[in-house]
Amino acid sequence: MKHKRIETNAILLLVLTLATISIGGIVEIVPLYTIESTIERVEGVRPYSPLELAGRNVYVREGCYTCHSQQIRPLRDEVERYGHYSLAAESMYDHPFQWGSKRTGPDLARVGGKYSDEWHVAHLINPREVVPESIMPPYGFMLEREVKATDMAAHLKANIAVGVPYSGEMVEAAAADVAAQADPFGDHDGLLARYPKAAVGDFDGQPEKVTEMDAVIAYMQILGRMVDFTTVTAPALRQ
Amino acid sequence: MEAVAEFFRSFWVVWMTTLFLGIVAWAYWPKRKSKLQEHADIPFRDDE
Amino acid sequence: MTDAAGATPRRAIPYDEDVVRLFVVATVFWGVAAFAVGLLIALQLAFPVLNLEYSFTTFGRLRPLHTSAAVFAFGGNALFATSLYVVQRTCRAPLFGGRALANFLFWGYQMFIVLAAIGYLVGATQSREYAEPEWYVDLWLTLVWVVYLIVFLGTLLRRREPHIYVANWFFLAFIVTVAVLHIVNNLAVPVSLTGTKSYSLFSGVQDALTQWWYGHNAVGFFLTAGFLGIMYYFIPKRADRPIYSYRLSVVHFWSLIFLYIWAGPHHLHFTALPDWAQTLGMAFSLMLWMPSWGGMINGLMTLSGAWHKLRTDPVLRFMVASVGFYGMSTFEGPVMSIRSVNALSHFTDWTIGHVHSGALGWVAFVSFGAIYHLVPKLWQRDELYSMKLVSVHFWIATVGIVLYVVAMWVSGILQGLMWRSYDELGFLQFSFVETVQAMHPFYVIRATGGALFLIGALIMVYNLWRTIRGDVRGEAPVSAFAAAAE
Repeated sequence: MKHKRIETNAILLLVLTLATISIGGIVEIVPLYTIESTIERVEGVRPYSPLELAGRNVYVREGCYTCHSQQIRPLRDEVERYGHYSLAAESMYDHPFQWGSKRTGPDLARVGGKYSDEWHVAHLINPREVVPESIMPPYGFMLEREVKATDMAAHLKANIAVGVPYSGEMVEAAAADVAAQADPFGDHDGLLARYPKAAVGDFDGQPEKVTEMDAVIAYMQILGRMVDFTTVTAPALRQ
Repeated sequence: MEAVAEFFRSFWVVWMTTLFLGIVAWAYWPKRKSKLQEHADIPFRDDE
Repeated sequence: MTDAAGATPRRAIPYDEDVVRLFVVATVFWGVAAFAVGLLIALQLAFPVLNLEYSFTTFGRLRPLHTSAAVFAFGGNALFATSLYVVQRTCRAPLFGGRALANFLFWGYQMFIVLAAIGYLVGATQSREYAEPEWYVDLWLTLVWVVYLIVFLGTLLRRREPHIYVANWFFLAFIVTVAVLHIVNNLAVPVSLTGTKSYSLFSGVQDALTQWWYGHNAVGFFLTAGFLGIMYYFIPKRADRPIYSYRLSVVHFWSLIFLYIWAGPHHLHFTALPDWAQTLGMAFSLMLWMPSWGGMINGLMTLSGAWHKLRTDPVLRFMVASVGFYGMSTFEGPVMSIRSVNALSHFTDWTIGHVHSGALGWVAFVSFGAIYHLVPKLWQRDELYSMKLVSVHFWIATVGIVLYVVAMWVSGILQGLMWRSYDELGFLQFSFVETVQAMHPFYVIRATGGALFLIGALIMVYNLWRTIRGDVRGEAPVSAFAAAAE
C-alpha cells in the first residue's frame, strides 16, 4: 500500500508535493536560460545610461507598469499602432522586466522619440492638459525631486552583480554622465560613446538641477530606439 | 539541470499520463472505496 | 456524525484558538481595507481627479496596495485562520510550537503586511505583480513562512488521527509551493543594505517567465489550493455531510498541483517568450479545466440530498455560491489561455473581470462563509447575531460581483475590438485615447459594484461585532425573509 504511506506520512506528502510542482518549473524555465536561441542576435541593445537608469527606477517606483505595457505583440493592429513587435533582446538588460499586463494607457515599448521633451513635461504635470480624455494621474512632483547623481555608481555596480555589462569606466563616470546627459551644453562625446543614441538636453526646462522629470523623460526617449530595424535581417530574429 | 529538463521534455506526455492513470486507478480501485470514504468523516470525529 | 469509538472528548485537547481568533479579526479588518482601496482606485479610473496631487495617492502606488491587501492581507489571514483551525481539529492535536510560535506567526505576518503597505505608499516596489515588496520585506516574510511551515507540519506530525485529512494536503501544498515561488521569484541584489532598492537577478524574457510562473501560481496555490482546503473542511462541516467523494479529492489534489505549475506562460502569449513555452502553457491551462471542475463537482455534490439547507442557511449559501464562482472562473481561465482568445482579451479589462470573479466570488465568498461559521464557535456563542444580515450581505455582495464582472467583460471585449478595428480605407479606426474614453461608463458601473461589495462587508463587520458581544437579534427564520425578498 504505497499511497497509504503517502497519506499517513506528512514528510513524504511534503516531498512528493515538492517533486510534483518542480517538474513544470524545471521543464519550462530552465531551458530559457540554457537554450541560446531564446534571445535574438540583433545589434544596438546596450545597458541604460545612468540618467536613463535613474528614470527607469522612477518608472518602476511609480508603478507605471500597472497601466502601461512595454511589449508589442506581432499582431497587425499593434505593429501599426506602436511599431515593430518587441524582441526578447530589447529587454535583455531590464532588471526587472517591464512588459506589463494591462493597457489602461498605451504601450510604451517604442515611445522613444515620438513626443518632444516639452510634451512629456506638460503631460506628466497634467495629462489632461494635452490629452483631455486621459485618466492618467498627475506627476508634477517629479519636477521638484532631484536625482542623486552620486548614488548612480552603486546602482551600476548592483546591475553588474546581476549580469549587466557595465564597464569600470562607466561606473567611474556615472555621476558625471548624469550631469552631462541633462545638460544641453555639456560635453556629450564620452557619454554618447558609452551609451549610443542617448537623448541629451535639459529635458524638464530647469537647467539648474537634474530632476526625476529629467530622468524619466530620458528613459522614455530611449525606449524602443536602441535596435535599428532597418538593418535587422530575418535570420537574426529567429528564436 | 539541462539533462534533467531534456529527460522530462522528451517524453512528458507518456510520463504524465501514466502517473495520472496510476493515481486514478489507485483512488478508484473498488476495494479501497469504503476505506477512503471513511476518511471523509474525519472532520466530524472531533467536536461538540 | 460523531464517531464515538475514535473520538477524544473535545476539552481534552487544548486547541489553540486564541491565535485563530486573532487571525479572524485580522481577516475582517484587512478585508474591509482591501475592498475600500479597491473602490478608491476604481473611482480613480472613472474620475482621475481623485488621484489628487500627491505621489502616494496615485493609482500606480495604490494599485499594488489594493492587490496585496486583497491577496496577502485579507486572503492570507483567512488562510492562516482556517488552516490553523482545521489542522488542529482534523489531527485532533494542539498547535505545534505553543503560544510563542503562534504569536510570532500572527504578529510577524501583520508586520509583513504593514511593511509592504508602507513600502508601496513611499514607492519601494520591485514592480513584480503580487510580489511587489522589496528585498527586506521578502526576507522577513521568508522567516515568517518558515515558522508557518514548522507550526503546520509539526501539528501534522503529532496528530492522533492516523490519516491526514485532504484539506490539510491542500494547505500543505499551498504553504510549500508559495515558499518555493516566493524565494525564486524574489531573488535580487540590493543596491545597499541600508536602502530599499534592489535589482532582480533575472532580466527580460527570463524575468518575465519567472514572474508569471510565480504570478500564476500565486493564484494557483495561494488563492486556489489554500482556499480549496477551506472548501474541503467547511462545506462538509456546515452541511453536516461528508465530502461527496473522497476518492475524487485524491485525484483532484494531485492533478491540480501537477497541472497548475505549468500554466504560467499563458500570461505571455505573443510576447518575446519563445513559442514552445507559450504552447506548453496553453496546453496545461486547458487541461487544468478538468481538475478544477472535478473539485467544483466535489464541493457542490456534497450538498446532494441537502439542497434545502441553502434556503435556511445563508452561511452555507456563501460557501456554495463560492464554489459556483470557482467553477465559472476556472472555466473562463482556460478559455482566456487560448492564444486566439488571448490576443483579444490580454491587456484589457477582461482580465481584471476574470480575476475579480475569482477573487470576490470564490476567495472572498468562501472566506466569508468560513468566518460566519467560525466566529460563533470561536467566541462560544450559540449563533450569529443575525442570519438575516448574512442573507442581506450575500445578496448585496452577489449583485456587486455581477455588476463588476459584467462591466469588465463588456469594457474588455469592447476595448479589445476597438484596438483592432479598421476603417474602410484600411487605417486603424480609433486612436488609443478614444478607446479609453469609451471605458468611462463601465468604470462607473464597476465602481458601483465594488461599493456594493464593500457595503456588504461592512454589514458583516457589524453582524460579527454584535455576535462577539453576545447579542442575538430576535428574528424569524431566514427562509421567510428570503421568500419576502423574492
